[in-house]
Amino acid sequence: MGEALMPDNDVLVEIRDLKTYFFLEEGTVRAVDGASFSIRRGETLGVVGESGCGKSVTAQSILRIVPDPGRILQGEIVYHRRRWHTDGSTLTERVLLTELAPYGPEMRAIRGAEIAMVFQEPMTALSPVHTIGDQIMEVFIVHQGASRAEAREKCIAILERVGMPKPHRVADSYPHQLSGGMRQRAMIAMALSCNPSLLIADEPTTALDVTTQALILDLMRRLRDEIGMSIMLVTHNLGVVAEMAERVVVMYLGRVVESADVDAIFFDPKHPYLRALLKSIPQFGTKSKRRLEPIEGSVPDPYNIPPGCPFHPRCPDAIAGLCESVAPEGVTLALDHYVECHLYR
Amino acid sequence: MDETTAGHDDLLLRVIDLKKYYPIERGLLKKTVGYVKAVDGVSFFIRRGETLGLVGESGCGKTTTGRCIVRAIERTSGDILFNDESAGWVNIPELSNEEMKRLRSRIQMIFQDPYSSLNPRMTIVQIVGEPLIYAGMKGRAVEERVAYLLEMVGLQPQYMRRYPHAFSGGQRQRIGIARALALNPRLVVADEPVSALDVSVQAQVLNLLQDLRDALGLTYLFIAHDLSVVQHISDRVAVMYVGRIVELAETDELFLNPKHPYTEALMSAVPWPNPRLKMKHIFLEGEVADPANPPPGCYFHPRCRYAQKLCATEEPRLEDVGGGHYVSCHFARELALRGAMANLSTG
Repeated sequence: MGEALMPDNDVLVEIRDLKTYFFLEEGTVRAVDGASFSIRRGETLGVVGESGCGKSVTAQSILRIVPDPGRILQGEIVYHRRRWHTDGSTLTERVLLTELAPYGPEMRAIRGAEIAMVFQEPMTALSPVHTIGDQIMEVFIVHQGASRAEAREKCIAILERVGMPKPHRVADSYPHQLSGGMRQRAMIAMALSCNPSLLIADEPTTALDVTTQALILDLMRRLRDEIGMSIMLVTHNLGVVAEMAERVVVMYLGRVVESADVDAIFFDPKHPYLRALLKSIPQFGTKSKRRLEPIEGSVPDPYNIPPGCPFHPRCPDAIAGLCESVAPEGVTLALDHYVECHLYR
Repeated sequence: MDETTAGHDDLLLRVIDLKKYYPIERGLLKKTVGYVKAVDGVSFFIRRGETLGLVGESGCGKTTTGRCIVRAIERTSGDILFNDESAGWVNIPELSNEEMKRLRSRIQMIFQDPYSSLNPRMTIVQIVGEPLIYAGMKGRAVEERVAYLLEMVGLQPQYMRRYPHAFSGGQRQRIGIARALALNPRLVVADEPVSALDVSVQAQVLNLLQDLRDALGLTYLFIAHDLSVVQHISDRVAVMYVGRIVELAETDELFLNPKHPYTEALMSAVPWPNPRLKMKHIFLEGEVADPANPPPGCYFHPRCRYAQKLCATEEPRLEDVGGGHYVSCHFARELALRGAMANLSTG
């Protein structure tokens, strides 16, 4: 319970050298393999990467819901909990999430209340046999000790707040009776019911149509400003990141290969992977039909992560005799611009 | 068939008033109480060597349209006319099984999911060679042709005895493409061919599809929900909403100068990979119309910000407003809508 002596009072969650591995019969998957980054108060942090980069497992690690046979092997996840006193002063508590029992009382009190989550497919997160209302009310009853009547009132209020038309009717509906966009709104309502300090959103709009996506992203942005929470937005969609995030973490095969503010990510990318990724996407709205420049090869399978820099087999700038044997160390190039690549040593 | 096909030698496919209705059955006697109009009167043509993009949101009927064309499902009504090199114009839904078997080599499909569309118990040479054997090819000739096809799609022929699980998503999609091209088709219906792939691999497959089109003179019906992908690959684009085409035009014309309010909203909703752009989204209120119970008049009118009285009563027809720009909107000639580029206000 160390307190208030944090070097950076703006930091909400710090992830330091996190390693989350999955021990399978076929071998060990190093899903997250030494990732470090932080989430600041009130910001939207985009975490981007392709399949197998470890972005979702990082989110699960913070929430301490890494499924079997996965385990956090090493590293720290520090949550800087801020408490307000009645006189208006604040106290910052340092909670080591990695030391809590995943399903113990402390972690249960944090998960779903202080750190809430929204997933890609609301149908897997919502219970099919309970009404939306019952599921949201449960949050108030469990985390805030509300009575059923109070909980019902709060539930209707939060459904209204996420822009749900006919909130009473929605509260009495089962998840399958709602459209995908409505279900995602219901899940956001549930996530925000306890005014979390951090919302972890894992591909929250990937299953939605583009016009519905625009509505949900707008809603998340608005609610973030109202509640003053931070959002960790996990996505593969660079357009969504550009629109939502202030800072971006780029992951590749379990490592953070680059992190910077969103403008630098798109206009001053450093890591060859990020540079190539940005060139490979079709530019919407531009008239010129330039040929796309794909990245060679494909993401290696997770049992056989290449030695040295994991990107070297696909890297156009790989340095022979170095990149295939020595893992690059991180370099801070400018204020807040971090890259893991030998080119910048 | 003369009147509909005469003078259209440059066309490969003409779809005329295509409908696919699914009956809604209730009760013990399975009485039909209504229809889900998945495709509700769709008409378009595709020129030889052209790529026509078909976009729309989930449930709009784009995949059903594609499946009717390859006759994976039977249409309810309408004509699907195919300009075959040897047989001339044929109406696909009216072909006998024998005739359809012959035509299958001419029209092939590429599927979305490279994980479920390949039989996991078959080797690559079996998967790609199956249509060849079906067409009567035997022995070494099959293997030689498979090797040639694999090389053409950028895979190494020596891996042909492996099973699909040994390949990545992008490689599996290449295998699916090799199989589709085995019998030298003229028309390829590609249903979301890159949407299950990683971003870095999408570009490889898009480039491959373009190269194959140019090398083999293929014609594509490219079905997708991703507007930037469709814009990149298509010569012309058709936009579907609740079983109908609401707009169809040359790609640049459609994206720069949309004339249907739904197209405008759809394009404004795409998040651009550029943080310096301040997006001006048009938010569509309400839900997509139910294809079993669509609203009267224009199906889009309950969500349309330009809707007037007429829109709630009268159905608009798809009409050419000039230069092959087809729009189904009563006010297509009057509205000044924002194209995709209009969002480019740097802030």
